[in-house]
Amino acid sequence: MRPVRLSVVTAATALAALTAVTGCADKSDSKASSGGSGSIQVTAKDDSCSVSKKSFPSGHVELAVENKGSRVTEVELLFPDDRIVTERENLGPSTSAKITAEVKAGSYEIACIPGMKGDGIRQKVTVTGGTAARRSPEMDAAVAGYRKYAQEQADATLPKVKVFTDAVRAGDLEAAKNAFALSRVGWERTEPVAESFGDIDPKTDTRADGLEAGQKWTGWHALEKQLWQDKKLGSDATPLADQLDKDLADWQQRVGKAEITPTSMANGAKELLDEVASGKVTGEEDRYSHTDLSDFKANVEGAQQAYELLKPIASKNDPALTTELDKQFTAIGTLLDKYRSTSSPDGFVSYDKVTKAQRKELSNGVNALAEPLSKLAAAVTK
Amino acid sequence: MDEQTNSSSPSRRSLLGWGGAGLALGAAAAGGTVAALRDGGDDSAAPAADTGAAVAFHGPHQAGIATAVQDRLHFASFDVTTEDRAELVQLLKDWTRAAERLTAGSTIGEGAFGGIDEAPPDDTGEAVGLRPSRLTLTVGFGPGLFAKGRFGLEGQRPAALADLPKFPGDNLDPARSGGDLCVQACADDPQVAVHAIRNLARIGFGKVAIRWSQLGFGKTSSTTPDAQTPRNLFGFKDGTVNISGTDTKTLDDHVWVPEKDGPGWMTGGSYLVARRISMRIEIWDRTGLKEQEDVFGRDKGEGAAYGKAHERDAPNLKALPPTSHVRLAHPDTNNGARLLRRGYSFTDGTDGLGRLDAGLFFLAYQRDIRDAFIPVQTRLARTDALNEYIQHVGSAVFAIPPGVRDKDDWWGRALMS
Repeated sequence: MRPVRLSVVTAATALAALTAVTGCADKSDSKASSGGSGSIQVTAKDDSCSVSKKSFPSGHVELAVENKGSRVTEVELLFPDDRIVTERENLGPSTSAKITAEVKAGSYEIACIPGMKGDGIRQKVTVTGGTAARRSPEMDAAVAGYRKYAQEQADATLPKVKVFTDAVRAGDLEAAKNAFALSRVGWERTEPVAESFGDIDPKTDTRADGLEAGQKWTGWHALEKQLWQDKKLGSDATPLADQLDKDLADWQQRVGKAEITPTSMANGAKELLDEVASGKVTGEEDRYSHTDLSDFKANVEGAQQAYELLKPIASKNDPALTTELDKQFTAIGTLLDKYRSTSSPDGFVSYDKVTKAQRKELSNGVNALAEPLSKLAAAVTK
Repeated sequence: MDEQTNSSSPSRRSLLGWGGAGLALGAAAAGGTVAALRDGGDDSAAPAADTGAAVAFHGPHQAGIATAVQDRLHFASFDVTTEDRAELVQLLKDWTRAAERLTAGSTIGEGAFGGIDEAPPDDTGEAVGLRPSRLTLTVGFGPGLFAKGRFGLEGQRPAALADLPKFPGDNLDPARSGGDLCVQACADDPQVAVHAIRNLARIGFGKVAIRWSQLGFGKTSSTTPDAQTPRNLFGFKDGTVNISGTDTKTLDDHVWVPEKDGPGWMTGGSYLVARRISMRIEIWDRTGLKEQEDVFGRDKGEGAAYGKAHERDAPNLKALPPTSHVRLAHPDTNNGARLLRRGYSFTDGTDGLGRLDAGLFFLAYQRDIRDAFIPVQTRLARTDALNEYIQHVGSAVFAIPPGVRDKDDWWGRALMS
C-alpha cells in the first residue's frame, strides 16, 4: 500500500442514478415516507422473492420484509451494477423487518438470498421521477462482474487469514510464515477496492515507513516483521492477529457497498500495476519475508480480471489497445512463471534471490503493461 | 464521471526513486539557473545564434553532430525488449514522427492537456511554454541490434562499428555501458532535453527499456572554432582542435561515412563512442598549478599550448611534456586521426565518500572507430598523465545512421528495409 492513496471510489456526480444514498434497516417504522408510496412488501421464501410493487416514486422508500421461508435470509436493494443500496441480513424464518433508504430515480433490483449465499432471487424494480442518467447494460455487467469477483476474493481470503492468525495465536512461527503470503492474495488482487474504504488499508497493510508519528502499527506487515526479522512473536502478536481478523471481516462486509464504475475499474487496474511498480519490484512491500512475487502476481491477476470484464467495451472502441494489453498480460505472466518454485509455500522464489538485472527485467515488463493499461479508462468511456 | 483524485503526498519511495531519475530532475532544475547566468558561450557566431530557435530535423546527416554544440545534454541508451522486427520498425517510425514535433517545439500527439479526463495526456507537459531551444535528437544503433538471431540484421553490422578493446585503467560498469539503441538529446534548455528523452522512453515502453542515461551540462567542446573553447571540470580548455561544424571537407574526411566505406545504409552516417569518464576532482584540486598545466600541456588561463601565446595557436608538440594530454591526443601524434567531440560535464550527486560524482561524458563522432577512437585511446590509456585523475567507468559504441530526409523517411529506414 501507499501512505496516501488515490481513491478508486469516487463521487459519481455525472451518474445521478448512482449517487450516494443512505440506507438503514430498522425493526420499527422509521420516518414517514416522502415518496408517499407507502411501503413495499417483500416476501422472501426459500425459492421465491415477491414484491408488492415493481415501480415506485423516488425519495424515501420503505421495504417491509417478511421471511416466509425455512432458512435464514438476506434482503438487498441493489443498483443495476450490484452495488448495495441497503440491506438486511440474518433475517430468521418467520421474522419481519423494515428497511428504508433514500433512493433516486433509476433501475434497481430487490434480492432475497435464502441461506445468505450467492446472488439470490432477483426482482427488477423501477424508481420513477426525475431524469436518471443511465449506464449501458454492458457497463453494468462489467461492474457487477467485478464486484462479484471482489466479493469472492474477500470471502476466500478470510479463512486463509484465519490459518495465518491461528498460527500466530498458537505461537507456531513456521506455520504462520507459511500462511503469510497466501493470506494476502485475495487482498492484493482487489487492493483498490479495499483501499477505497480509506480506513481499512492503514490498519491492515501499512508498512513501517508508512506510519505517521504516533500511529500504532497493526496488520500483516507488523506480524511479518516479528516472524522474519525478530524471529519471535511479541506480546502484542495475539492482539495484532485478532485485529487483523476483525479488520478484514469489516472489509468483507463492505465490498458490496463499494462504489465501482467502469472508469474506477480501469483506473484500479492501472493502480494495481502502480502498486507493483512502486512496492513489489523494489522489494519494499514484503521486506522481511521477501514474498513480493506472490503479491506481484496477485496484483497482476486483479488488474487482468478488471481488464477482461471491460474488454468487450474497450475492444469496440480501441481494438489496437486490447490487442496490446492481451499481449502484455501474457508477457508478464510468462515472466513471472520464471520465478515459480515448488518448494516455497506461496509458489514463488524469495525476492531477495532475484538479482538486480532480473528485477530490471520485471520492471521493464511492468512498464510495458502499465503504459497501455493507463489508456484503458479512456477506451471504456469513449 | 467525476473521478476525484486526491494528490498523494510524496512517499519516501518517490524520493528514493531509481538511481538517476530523482537526481536527474534535481540537476536539471538546478542547472537552469546556471544556464541563465552563463556567458553567451559560442553561440554568438553559430548558425543558430538564437538559443531558443529550432534546428532543422531533416537533412542528409542527423542533426546533433555538426550542429553548434548546445548547452545541455540528456543521453539515453536503450535495450530493445521486443523480439519482433515489425515492432522495432514501428518504434523507429513513431520516434521519428515524435522527434520532428519535439525538435520543432511542438507537443507529442494531442498535447499535454485539454484531452479527455480519463486518459493520461499524450505529452508529459513539462516543456509547454518553453521554446525549441535548439533541441536536436540523434539516434544510434548499438552492436546488439546486429546480433545473430535477433532482427535478421547480422549481415548489416558495419565493420567500422568495432567493439572496443579493454583499455588499461578501464573500470567499466556494465549498468552504464552498452545498449541496442541510443538517443542523444542536446538543447540549450535542460528541461527541453529531458522532456524529449522522457517522452521517447514513454513511447517505447514494451518495445525498449532505458538501460542507462546521462545528464550533461557545460559543453566541454565546441564545433564553432571562432568561439572560446569551453572549460572542463578540471578548469582547462580542452578539445581546442575540434572539428568545426562548417568545415565540410574535414567532416567528409573524418566524420561522415562515405558511400565507398559501406555498408550502403550508413552512407551519410557516423560512428559514436560514448565514454563516461569519472574525474577525481578533489585530488586534482590539490594538485599544484604547474603539475596541472604539465598534465594538459597548456596554460590554465589562456589555454595556449606550451610555448604559444594564444589558445588556438597550433601546438609545437615537441615543446609539450611527453605524457601531456594534448601531445598524446593530437592528430599529429595519431597518424592524423581526428574525432568530432561533443562531450559534456556531469555531476551525478555524490559518491558516498564525501566527494562529488563528477566527470566528463565524452562523446566522439568519427568515420571509423577502428581508425580514430581506438588508436587514440590506446595511446592515451597507456601514458596519458591525466590517467592519475580520471577513470573510464562507462562505455558504448553506436552506428549513427544518416539523417531523416523528409516527412516520409524515418530513422534507420535504409537498414530496416
